[in-house]
Amino acid sequence: MALDFLLKQKILTITADGDLRGYDNQEQIDALTQSMEKSGKLIFEGDNLKNWDSCIAAAFYQIILQARERNIEVNTQNLPHDMQNLITLALTVDRKPKANEGKKWGFLENLGESGLQIFDGIKKSWDFLGDTVKSLGRFFTGRAVMRSVDFEFALADCGYKAVGIVSLVSFMVGLILAFVGALQLKMFGAQIYIASLVAIGMTRIMGAIMAGIIMAGRTGASYAATIGTMQVNEEVDALKTMGLPVTDFLVLPRMLSLIITMPFLTMWADIMGMIGGATVAILMLDISAPQYWIYSLKAFQLANFLVGIFHGFMYGIIISCCGCYYGINCGRNADSVGWATTKAVVSSIVIMIVATGILTSILEALGI
Amino acid sequence: MINDNVKIKAEGLNIAYSSNVLMQNLNFEIKNGDIFIIMGGSGCGKSSLLRLLTGLKAVDKGKIWIDGVRFDNAEQAQKKKIMQNCGILYQSGALFSSMTLAENVAMPLQQYTNYSAELIKDLVAFKLALVGLKGYEDFYPAEISGGMKKRAGLARALALDPDILYFDEPSAGLDPVSSKLLDDLILEINKSLGTTIVIITHELSSIFAIGKDSIFLDAEMKTISAYGNPKELLKNPPNKNVLHFLSGGKK
Repeated sequence: MALDFLLKQKILTITADGDLRGYDNQEQIDALTQSMEKSGKLIFEGDNLKNWDSCIAAAFYQIILQARERNIEVNTQNLPHDMQNLITLALTVDRKPKANEGKKWGFLENLGESGLQIFDGIKKSWDFLGDTVKSLGRFFTGRAVMRSVDFEFALADCGYKAVGIVSLVSFMVGLILAFVGALQLKMFGAQIYIASLVAIGMTRIMGAIMAGIIMAGRTGASYAATIGTMQVNEEVDALKTMGLPVTDFLVLPRMLSLIITMPFLTMWADIMGMIGGATVAILMLDISAPQYWIYSLKAFQLANFLVGIFHGFMYGIIISCCGCYYGINCGRNADSVGWATTKAVVSSIVIMIVATGILTSILEALGI
Repeated sequence: MINDNVKIKAEGLNIAYSSNVLMQNLNFEIKNGDIFIIMGGSGCGKSSLLRLLTGLKAVDKGKIWIDGVRFDNAEQAQKKKIMQNCGILYQSGALFSSMTLAENVAMPLQQYTNYSAELIKDLVAFKLALVGLKGYEDFYPAEISGGMKKRAGLARALALDPDILYFDEPSAGLDPVSSKLLDDLILEINKSLGTTIVIITHELSSIFAIGKDSIFLDAEMKTISAYGNPKELLKNPPNKNVLHFLSGGKK
């Protein structure tokens, strides 16, 4: 019960018998195709074919296609009627060529297209920044079309709802910072300076960076996904055609919320990091809580603290801009929303790190 | 010189994405109070043409006039003014998901009129009742069906009593009964308010039921290959593509 073929007097007869469900014998198909080269006519015999499925139909379809390419006459009349219909349907699909089908670009064309895309990206980001600045201008002059309910929702979302995750991660970072530092400082009997290390590290930069990275992954991604989905659902188009400024409606509430909450989240991350450091110091290094507190206070400098807060403020702008920008420029399918979200998070983090590097160099030069 | 009776006019319009030209040299006029169908197969550029007509996509080549005013190269403020007289029902309804139906419909009224909150509330209730959604004011888009979303989108599009209403595939995703109800509603709006209606569709039942004038975007010829009343076009098709389309694939 199988598939057989016989080449006689330039006529290739393919006989299908019995049960051929799940037929998967590529070697036999290859041998059959080779025999086809010596034939002038192809006849399918399927009178005794009891059971079949798409597998054998697909194999016959491929054989017929190859026969057609070689101008070999094909006779399928003895195949089961249903299979004949199915194969005929597949063979008669009227495929319309698309405008650019078959057109392959060379290296220079691809290079040019990439250049144009980069130029387009720069133009779009400048347009976005321009619109955002204009929108902020309208807000500060009381002319912005922003719904207060949207602002309240965004404020809650990146405010108290983010405190839990920021607390946990900053506590763990403080803990790790103290633990790693303790291993080294203990060798010199200077473990008390763990308090100074954690206090300076967290307030100057680590608190802001941790809050920034968490908010980029949490809120920046959410902005890109929400606005991207609105783009897919044509809500952004509806806003535009109603003549309403998209930045006022979608960007402004989100940006203002992050700008307001990020400095507070940074401050909170500083405190939680120091509590994490204190936990290691008290439990592992036998340093008392008052001692830790005193050394933390000694190391604490207002300038460091303000630098950290400023970083938080700057990260708020970066995260909201990246999230909203990629959301607004999202394509019109589910895949694009995924891309927009990924790009928003990655860009936020990269720009944050680059901006931190630049700011640190400037502050260093200024002696702050 | 544009005839007073002409609401929208397109001249030598191209639809293209980068080097991929979907349609070229589109010329048509839409009369005041007309129900104008833009039809054609999937992917021929119907929705892109709507994006050109509504200013969502920049015109590369060609000209568009709305109410005798050049629209394609108008200043942003001018475009905004023109678009205030246009309502659009998007394929998905495009309701703002964070707002109730009442808030969705009220939004254009709040932005563009000085009406009191009480009047806006009454207008919202009236527009929602007009589309058969009386009592659904406090529902969110996620809480209603696809057909209801379209009707709510229509109520929002009607909020400012526009002169022109654009519909992008109004029957898409609707059962035959809901689709028929929407067609009846479109006819009623056109009859009672005299609104010029432009519909992008490939739904034959709707095309024949409500279309007064139409153009056929021919993907093969890359331009308009038929212009006129859909029923007349079926009787006297200018070419085989039009016949093939209007007869539902019969050859």
